[in-house]
Amino acid sequence: MQLLIAFAVIAIIISFIADKRKTLDGLKKGMMMFINLLPAIISVLILVSIALFLMPQELIIKYLGEESGITGYIFAATAGSIALIPGIVAYPMAGMLVQSGVGYSVIAVFMTTLMMVGFFTLPIEIKFFGKKVSLIRNLLFFIAALLIGSFISLFY
Amino acid sequence: MMKQFIKKNKISLAIIGNFLIFTVLSFLFDYQPGNTIFREHFFQFLKEMIFFLPVMFILIGLGDVWINRDKVEKHIGKDSGLRGIILVILLSMAQVGPLYGAFPVTYLLWKKGASIRNIFIYIGAFCTIKIPMLAFEIGFLGWKFSLLRTAVSIPAIIIIGIVMEKIIGKKDFEIKQP
Repeated sequence: MQLLIAFAVIAIIISFIADKRKTLDGLKKGMMMFINLLPAIISVLILVSIALFLMPQELIIKYLGEESGITGYIFAATAGSIALIPGIVAYPMAGMLVQSGVGYSVIAVFMTTLMMVGFFTLPIEIKFFGKKVSLIRNLLFFIAALLIGSFISLFY
Repeated sequence: MMKQFIKKNKISLAIIGNFLIFTVLSFLFDYQPGNTIFREHFFQFLKEMIFFLPVMFILIGLGDVWINRDKVEKHIGKDSGLRGIILVILLSMAQVGPLYGAFPVTYLLWKKGASIRNIFIYIGAFCTIKIPMLAFEIGFLGWKFSLLRTAVSIPAIIIIGIVMEKIIGKKDFEIKQP
């Protein structure tokens, strides 16, 4: 994060020296996009916060451990699609799951959908890609996650 | 402009307004669920994104005014082939942040002439094999898992990119500026 901020500051300074007007144009454009997207992002965070409260992590872990076979895959994929857990939290959680006996293939499905499929972030995605394309993209990645999981299961 | 902003974000603003009232009331009457939702979940998310996103958008704004369209189009545009795919995967591996941080980047790539295929490969690779994530994954789940998952994810995201291009390539698809 600090690295990113440092990089941005240096980029702004260099850009400013090179062309003042162009830089101001760029900054204005970037901030406009941010402001236009902010309400959607904040409301997504609110909905996810409420969802996490109603369905806490311990519950997800419990169900992932209990279900197995096809049901386990589908459950993992659905949980991963709905959840919005940052990587920093998700990996330790996955490590815990493995230690408590959940198969690597189920973990692969869960982590892949967690990263690639975003149910709650759909309103944000739709603002960029439109409804149809966003839905197709998420569906394709959902299927891909199941396939990736089945592939992993061949090796464990 | 303000009117347009409100109109475009009606639902979001309604959610935010209600949540604000709910949170204030929760604090006033010490309603535990309300406090937990705000403190343990919402505030943590907000903390994570409040610095990250503005920085990200500033860089995208600068990229918009400085990046040369011809160059992007040549390297990762329609006729960039396998080399374009490799380039776009390498680019996405160096990124940080959550999925919703990747969408604005795709807007920039699209505007500068990247192909549809490469844009969706970018998203896929961003989600699955960015370097900061791989480091975490190897640490918590081990080399074997990480290598296997990466090995099968790369062809999967390339295929998805090709399929997406086939599905939407002929229509007037565009990535909108938010």
